[in-house]
Amino acid sequence: MHEVDMTRCLLLSMNEWKQQHAPRVPAVDRVHLEVGTFTCVEPDQLVVTWADAVKGSWLDGAELVIESVPLVGRCVRCQATYSPDPAEGFRSPCCHHPMEEIVSGRELRIRSVAYGFESAPSPTNPVSRPTAAR
Amino acid sequence: MHMPLEDSLGINLLAANQHRAEHNREHFDAWNLLCLNVMSSPGAGKTSLLERSLAALASRWAMAVLEGDMTTLLDAERLEAVGIPVVPITTGRACHLDAAMVSGGLKLLRQRLDPAGLDILWVENVGNLVCPAEFAIGEHRKVALLSVTEGDDKPLKYPVMFREADCVLITKVDLLPHLPVDVERIEAHIRQVNPRTAVFRLSATTGEGFEAWHDWLDAQRQAVQSSPALLHA
Ligand SMILES: Nc1nc2c(ncn2[C@@H]2O[C@H](COP(=O)(O)OP(=O)(O)OP(=O)(O)O)[C@@H](O)[C@H]2O)c(=O)[nH]1
Ligand SMILES: [Mg+2]
Ligand SMILES: [Zn+2]
Ligand SMILES: [Zn+2]
Ligand SMILES: [Zn+2]
Repeated sequence: MHEVDMTRCLLLSMNEWKQQHAPRVPAVDRVHLEVGTFTCVEPDQLVVTWADAVKGSWLDGAELVIESVPLVGRCVRCQATYSPDPAEGFRSPCCHHPMEEIVSGRELRIRSVAYGFESAPSPTNPVSRPTAAR
Repeated sequence: MHMPLEDSLGINLLAANQHRAEHNREHFDAWNLLCLNVMSSPGAGKTSLLERSLAALASRWAMAVLEGDMTTLLDAERLEAVGIPVVPITTGRACHLDAAMVSGGLKLLRQRLDPAGLDILWVENVGNLVCPAEFAIGEHRKVALLSVTEGDDKPLKYPVMFREADCVLITKVDLLPHLPVDVERIEAHIRQVNPRTAVFRLSATTGEGFEAWHDWLDAQRQAVQSSPALLHA
């Protein structure tokens, strides 16, 4: 259920990003998202809600590519990093210390957007036309 | 076909909520009150906790409640019965409170009273062990409840909530004699995912454990109220 909220957050950010390119509307191929495994987000479900939410919008057809970022902890006793395992109570395998420091796994981040422009730049705004788009 | 371009964004998905939460926080600090975000799975005992704590503390501190868990008006009535103002937060059918919803609740609260006169503002979140933990509302402290009837593996199965909590309350301990559950294991599991959190064992039915919990609250209130408040522009 929270995937719906996360999709809404994602669309908000994407709409803001679109404004940076106004008046042109970027045709988005892919949105790359980093999702930590120590978050409340299920990547598979998010992809489904996303596909549903963008139908008929300017993002229709844009693929949501999710890169899962594994949970990595650091043992505060010996500084070794490790993969906390719920079955082991997230403890460090080296010292059996509780999971105090989290190095990664809490990410919910839009990394990048792959896009292009389908049509010629708007003639109403010729000054901002990039030379590369000739 | 189009020329492939790529923008690096590095935008946190929760950035917009984070900004609104910081705005709420500025208000809380200007009002010099302690705001608590009370979270748990449905039925773990949030309203029962509030009923008992509000009744016990009402003579000492001025308090109000933002109630985000309003399936019926019942919860609000239970709390108003102890003489504390309760403002319902409209959530639609959301499974958690976000900073914008709390900001809406604050607007309603200000129609009823001047929050600058409050010592503690309680926010009862939607009963849900998953996503409330990800959405900051501007609170000073996150309080998570876990009832002994939920079993001892919950902290390991839903670790994010317990990781984020500043205080975990193990509730309904009066039921322990009737349950095949080891409260020491519950507490050990909580400390494994969050070694720094405070943990208290309570029963809202018998009142067991409330003294220590209220002492903790007092310490948090003092810590917040003695730090200089930021002025809101
Ligand atoms: N035995 C016992 N029962 C309790 C205790 N605290 C709460 N309950 C019972 O647990 C049930 C749920 O309590 P609530 O306080 O409504 O729980 P809640 O977390 O506010 O529930 P929602 O708002 O619906 O998520 C009620 O039937 C309470 O009477 C306790 O300390 N001991
Ligand atoms: Mg309740
Ligand atoms: Zn170690
Ligand atoms: Zn304001
Ligand atoms: Zn939610």
